[in-house]
Amino acid sequence: MGVFTPTALLSLPGWGSFLLTVLTIAGIYSLLTLGLNIHYGYTGLINFGHVAFFAAGAYTAALLTVPPPAQVSGAEYVFGLNLPMPLGLPISLVAAAVVGGLLATLIGATSVRLGSHYLAVATFALAGIFGSVLENEAWLTNGSFGLNSVPKPGRAAMSADTWAVAYFVFVVVVLVVVAFVLSRLTGSPFGRLLKGVRESEDAAQMLGKNTIRVKLTSFAIGGAVAGLAGGLYAHYVGSVVVQQFVPAVTFTVWAALLLGGVASNTGAVFGAFLLVGFRESTRFLTNIYDSLLASLPTVAADALRLAVEPLPDHASFVPSLRFVVIGLLIVLVIRYRPEGVFGDPNEIDAIGEED
Amino acid sequence: MSRDSSESDAAAGVTRSDSDAPLLEVDDVVKRFGGLTAIDHASFGVEAESITGLIGPNGAGKSTLFNCVTGMLTPDSGAVRLAGEDVQDLPPNRIAQRGLGRTFQTPKIFRGMSVRENLAFAARGQTGERPISALVRPGTVGSEEADIRERVDDTLAFLSLDHLAEEYASGLSGGQRKLLELGRVLMLDPEIILLDEPMAGVNPSLADDLLDRLHELNDRGRTILLIEHDMDLVMNHCDRVVVLHNGQTLASGPPSIVQEDERVVEAYLGGFENA
Ligand SMILES: Nc1ncnc2c1ncn2[C@@H]1O[C@H](COP(=O)(O)OP(=O)(O)OP(=O)(O)O)[C@@H](O)[C@H]1O
Ligand SMILES: [Mg+2]
Repeated sequence: MGVFTPTALLSLPGWGSFLLTVLTIAGIYSLLTLGLNIHYGYTGLINFGHVAFFAAGAYTAALLTVPPPAQVSGAEYVFGLNLPMPLGLPISLVAAAVVGGLLATLIGATSVRLGSHYLAVATFALAGIFGSVLENEAWLTNGSFGLNSVPKPGRAAMSADTWAVAYFVFVVVVLVVVAFVLSRLTGSPFGRLLKGVRESEDAAQMLGKNTIRVKLTSFAIGGAVAGLAGGLYAHYVGSVVVQQFVPAVTFTVWAALLLGGVASNTGAVFGAFLLVGFRESTRFLTNIYDSLLASLPTVAADALRLAVEPLPDHASFVPSLRFVVIGLLIVLVIRYRPEGVFGDPNEIDAIGEED
Repeated sequence: MSRDSSESDAAAGVTRSDSDAPLLEVDDVVKRFGGLTAIDHASFGVEAESITGLIGPNGAGKSTLFNCVTGMLTPDSGAVRLAGEDVQDLPPNRIAQRGLGRTFQTPKIFRGMSVRENLAFAARGQTGERPISALVRPGTVGSEEADIRERVDDTLAFLSLDHLAEEYASGLSGGQRKLLELGRVLMLDPEIILLDEPMAGVNPSLADDLLDRLHELNDRGRTILLIEHDMDLVMNHCDRVVVLHNGQTLASGPPSIVQEDERVVEAYLGGFENA
């Protein structure tokens, strides 16, 4: 074991920029998880369509900033506002948040009267419909080719590595501001209102609270945060394609929330970093394995080879194993620590239950 | 009533004939569940500042009637009037805002919140319940919170729950949950309070305490309508009694008169007079 030195890792191609990528994506997923935490952790709304708000934000940011179709060969879309960078960035991100919030309000309005388990099905289905719309309305979204010239703000002025650091810092700043605002909200009478609705809708109504409005407001806030995450994502990756917005995103965010701790903003961020870190770093398990073999003494390398011998030698084996591990992790957490790492067991006592 | 008999006699008799409509009026209400008629043309009134008992055998429709009155269920026909205005088509939160509070047969407390938060939740007109205000008006919200905290402390002391203020409500006993729910209703501070079996599962000494509290509230001008199975309690502490049987109002009036009513004795009270 002692032979396994950081040098082996550092020799991986692009180690530093890879780490930065993971951290940036984790920051963006932290926002997604904070948004879902408002829905589920604080209000008890089982939202299985979170990816739709993320996508809505990403597409909004893209449409506001991509060049008009005339400047792009083979473009099917008819609309690109070409807001200049970096000045257009705040506008683009605010619009992404607003559209994410509006879509969440719309989806909420159609399904918020349903009981919690039906709400789960309805949000999942509506997000699926939204995904098909994105794919099929090519005049707006360029269909399955996507919008591939989303500007990276400030990229022209600096080297790729510098930009990666700068954008990471920017994401962290946005994350800190959002987490601060959300903590203020959840610690205020508004947060108390959300929690009461989570605990017993009947009782909240009997105490004069308009629970439908409370749930819609919760939907809007969480959706806006997810939309903002979408905007950040679009300007980071530089392209927006329907394949990026699959249900797996929603489930990754759920896993992050459950692991980190429901109804804890710290837990949401921790869970997102943990999960994205795990998901991304294990992408290169095979590379690590190869470099291990190379750097270990012959005896140890042979032993290792022997140990993995019974495993199937298939290219997709390791990648799919990662999801098995995530699944196992969730099962273990729910079995032995249902409140997650930072959650409070007392708070999740009644969550997701009907009155 | 036992405390101030001249006043309650007035409530039971003279004032009633002089005053206008009762504070709460159930007028020919029908509620069906599929083939079952749970409430069958029920009619009665609850006088302002009275303690009225709603009695009847299990399954008579008492809780269902509460649900119809509070807006949790919409009657199939008939009217519910609060202070003379029709409320049967309003949602529960609007009815609550008009001054009606209730508790449930099985308390619906906020288990994942502290006892203090449970009570604070119920305060009316909180500026900080609007997200924007919660963020941009910390001064107003802060001073309102201070006021609410004071009222919560008073209410907890009134219900002898002060030592549990910071506990999660999930840790409370059955009787304490009943008290907590009553406390929430007190924070709402409604004109009329509907209590669904407030004494059930509460130990006798605590129940006596609770009864004293209810009289105190009544003395402060609150109207109380309570469902209760304990006949002694109803006969000794209520100004008026409404008897529900198979969804119908069999009788209503002062306990002494209802107690003599032949149909009531036959249908429900049975050997009560021996008790
Ligand atoms: N949501 C419902 N759906 C179908 N039937 C119902 C519903 N609620 C109540 N009932 C039926 O209506 C009748 C009256 O029930 P209700 O709970 O009002 O009785 P109750 O007088 O409160 O009885 P108890 O003293 O046992 O609490 C019962 O037959 C019950 O089964
Ligand atoms: Mg009942």
